[in-house]
Amino acid sequence: MTNGALLELVKVSTHYVSSRGARVVRAVDAVSLSVDAGETLGIVGESGSGKSTLALTIMRLLPPAAHIVSGQMLLDGEDLLQKPPAEMRHIRGKRIAMILQDPMASLNPLFTIGDQVAEPIRVHEAATRTSAWRRARELLRAVRIPSPEQRVLQYPHEMSGGMRQRIVGAIGISCEPRLLIADEPTTSLDLTIQAQYLNLLRELQRAHGLALIFITHNLGIVAKMCDTIAVMYAGRIVEYGPVRDIFRSPAHPYTQALLNSIPRLGDPGQRLAAIDGQPPDPANPPAGCAFAPRCMRALARCHVEAPPESTPGDGRTARCWLATPDLSHVAHLPHNPAEASALS
Amino acid sequence: MNMRATAIALPSRIAGFRLGDFPIFPALILGGILFVAIFADWLSPHDPQLGSLRLRFRPPVFQAGGSWEHVLGTDHLGRDVLSRLIYGARVSVVVGFTAVVVAGVLGTVLGIVSGYLGRWVDQVIMRITDTWLALPALTFAIFLAAIVGPSEMNIVIILGAVYWTRYARVVRSEVLSMKEREFVRLAIVAGCSKWTIMRRHILPNVLNSAIVLGTLMLGVVVVAEASLSFLGVGVPPPKPAWGLMLSDGKKGLMVGYWWLTVLPGLCIMLMVLSANLLGDWLRDKLDPQLRQL
Amino acid sequence: MRRFVTKRLGYAVLSLFLLSLTIFLLVRVTGDPAALMAEPGASAEQLAAIRKNLGLDQPLWIQYGSFMANFLTGDLGHSFYYNAPVLDLYAARLPYSLLLAAVAMAFSLLIGIPSGILAAVRVGTMWDGAGKVFALLGLSMPSFWIGLVMILFFSVYLGWLPSSGAGTPLHVIMPAFALGWYFAAAHMRLTRSSMLDVLGSEYVKLARLKGLPESLVVAKHAFKNALIPVITLAGINLVIMINVAVVVETVFAWPGIGRLLYEGISFRDFPLVQGIVLLGGSMIVVVNLLVDILYAVVDPRIRLEA
Repeated sequence: MTNGALLELVKVSTHYVSSRGARVVRAVDAVSLSVDAGETLGIVGESGSGKSTLALTIMRLLPPAAHIVSGQMLLDGEDLLQKPPAEMRHIRGKRIAMILQDPMASLNPLFTIGDQVAEPIRVHEAATRTSAWRRARELLRAVRIPSPEQRVLQYPHEMSGGMRQRIVGAIGISCEPRLLIADEPTTSLDLTIQAQYLNLLRELQRAHGLALIFITHNLGIVAKMCDTIAVMYAGRIVEYGPVRDIFRSPAHPYTQALLNSIPRLGDPGQRLAAIDGQPPDPANPPAGCAFAPRCMRALARCHVEAPPESTPGDGRTARCWLATPDLSHVAHLPHNPAEASALS
Repeated sequence: MNMRATAIALPSRIAGFRLGDFPIFPALILGGILFVAIFADWLSPHDPQLGSLRLRFRPPVFQAGGSWEHVLGTDHLGRDVLSRLIYGARVSVVVGFTAVVVAGVLGTVLGIVSGYLGRWVDQVIMRITDTWLALPALTFAIFLAAIVGPSEMNIVIILGAVYWTRYARVVRSEVLSMKEREFVRLAIVAGCSKWTIMRRHILPNVLNSAIVLGTLMLGVVVVAEASLSFLGVGVPPPKPAWGLMLSDGKKGLMVGYWWLTVLPGLCIMLMVLSANLLGDWLRDKLDPQLRQL
Repeated sequence: MRRFVTKRLGYAVLSLFLLSLTIFLLVRVTGDPAALMAEPGASAEQLAAIRKNLGLDQPLWIQYGSFMANFLTGDLGHSFYYNAPVLDLYAARLPYSLLLAAVAMAFSLLIGIPSGILAAVRVGTMWDGAGKVFALLGLSMPSFWIGLVMILFFSVYLGWLPSSGAGTPLHVIMPAFALGWYFAAAHMRLTRSSMLDVLGSEYVKLARLKGLPESLVVAKHAFKNALIPVITLAGINLVIMINVAVVVETVFAWPGIGRLLYEGISFRDFPLVQGIVLLGGSMIVVVNLLVDILYAVVDPRIRLEA
């Protein structure tokens, strides 16, 4: 972990406790990661892997049943978990901002666009109505929405999906945060719009020196946008490191399986490689490594003992017995499954 | 055509019943009222329709001038209040349950037919339902009672005729969403006739909502019957109905004969309250989606 | 917007047509119309004359035609007891019913909405529990019983409030309370569940993520959205109130339409009863139409509905 990082999570765990205390779900389990200013981190995983809970944990906006049970969250060196609620509220929207997945649902249907974009500015910067609305128009221009003067007076249902997502983006950067978390921001957009939107985000990042955390299940986006990648499975980070290195030689079988499941062009005979099985029940995780039941390379030890974090390379971590030092000769799995079976 | 095995693949909610949070008191109260209604002949200390003018307006036993002979006092004709309350329970129970069943059967059948067959049948039934709903229930019931004349039987029919639309609406929307489901399509593909499908597959699954609605409607119907009796177009005298007792009780109100008003109303309230609580519990157990009702 | 209004207007007209048809058929089919339309104790010749008058010997559709013609020109029958046109009587009493309903509605909203919001914002606590009890009681107690008990307390025992009539503002307090109590409970329930839904929505989540203070989130973002279904219900309930007020008006001798209906039944004045039912139903249709339009004004999304 680099020092001087903008955001640093150290072994953060979030548990959901049922009302009678009977079931405990470890939604986020001992997660550690860091993001520097200007850096883009991609968090990848299937549904239920805990990525959205992780995002809400960082924002400390969890539902009442969820508790952050351990760890540290350092923003510019200050532990967010120690902050009183009033201070945390000032941090939300101002120093860390978040974009949600469904732009239509995120915008209040009864208020104008201008009102909703100007709102955080008025709250966090005590701006007057005129100056906040002026800034709102500038922001709409910055996210490439045509004729902002008219748009600010319109309602969310009068906009297209792509425009709504840009507006949500505008709200996100309205108070010039240091870090922007985007939870599946392109999932509800058409493919053609996705690329434009991603480019826009990258521009905004460069212009403002933003750190970006991208939560997605789409590896293509990660490849295009992210510097670092964290792969989540069953609430744990199973692989973490620079995107290039990991894509070239993944250390964790789950990462490799994800990469394999991306269809490749120019290979008509290839079958789509899905990962067999289902993610584990979060309330009843298996003993040992959570991925072991679905893993093609599981050892006996994997089913019994959960692997610790190890470092298979510079700036990389992985939770896999295959990646720990005593088995390092099979640490770097080749990208081609045929070679893999030849090896074992 | 035996499609049972595949068709009722919907999870049987009855199986998942946990009797943990069962509302005991409401059930006991409702059960008590039912018991009293059935065994009225044995439980009642006096004849509810026989009165003695010498004994009119006696207060309940715990007030000055009362006696154990008439525990809850007497009314303006000297009739025993407790006995009238007991027999009144019979009226409320009979009218209430019967009307709910009549409305329920009519509404469920029409709702299924309307929802499943669709097109013009649906349009016709829906227009009628809308029109019916445009008429406020009480006014409509009064109107019908004015035409056909009040009697216990007529009241049941009237209330059934007024309230069936509530069921029809709910059942129809359930049927509409059910039509898209797998098991119905399976049955169609397998060649079952429309009527078989409606009877065998749709009906059992709609029953949940119908039953829940029934318990919730019980309270409404009981109050409606009481209102009609209060206004004089309900169960005709001298049969003791709680609503009628309230109307009679009004005569003694201004001089402070409180027991003629408070007691019958209390009975109505208890019955409605218990029915509502049970209905709420049933709804939470069987189909939380009905929360909108 | 114009298309929307036209479409709703069309529905309203259709409903009015069906309403009158229903009432017409019910009378013709289930009873002996002549006996109903005649004064109690009419002789055979009088009955025959009435039959001729009503055209009961003519085909059904001709009868309906004249019925409708009368309806549309404002002739809704003639009351025996008052010896006056039903429409005039209705019009004279309507303001009283409206007044009662307005006060009762105001009361029900003033009590229902804040308690619903409180229960939702403090869900699961004592406040919520108290709210649930209040709702249950309100929904279970018949309005006329509440009225009678109130008279017992406030008129007979305490002597503070008048028990019948409509002379002064004091006269309206008890009837409005008795009438509004049930609706206060209903409104509270709906406000609570609507508020809970809204508080769990994505846009409220985003509002919190923006770092807005919770008071602003509730008062601005949640409130207006939560209120939409409640307003709709209130609009529909207003008309229901007017019609359900029959019993309350009877208890308090409040000179509204409900009382008029009661008098109609008591004196076996069928034309009066029929006229009131027709007018009551028509009023509901009209008010539903207005509520739909109001809804469209408040919620900009509805206007686009084709």
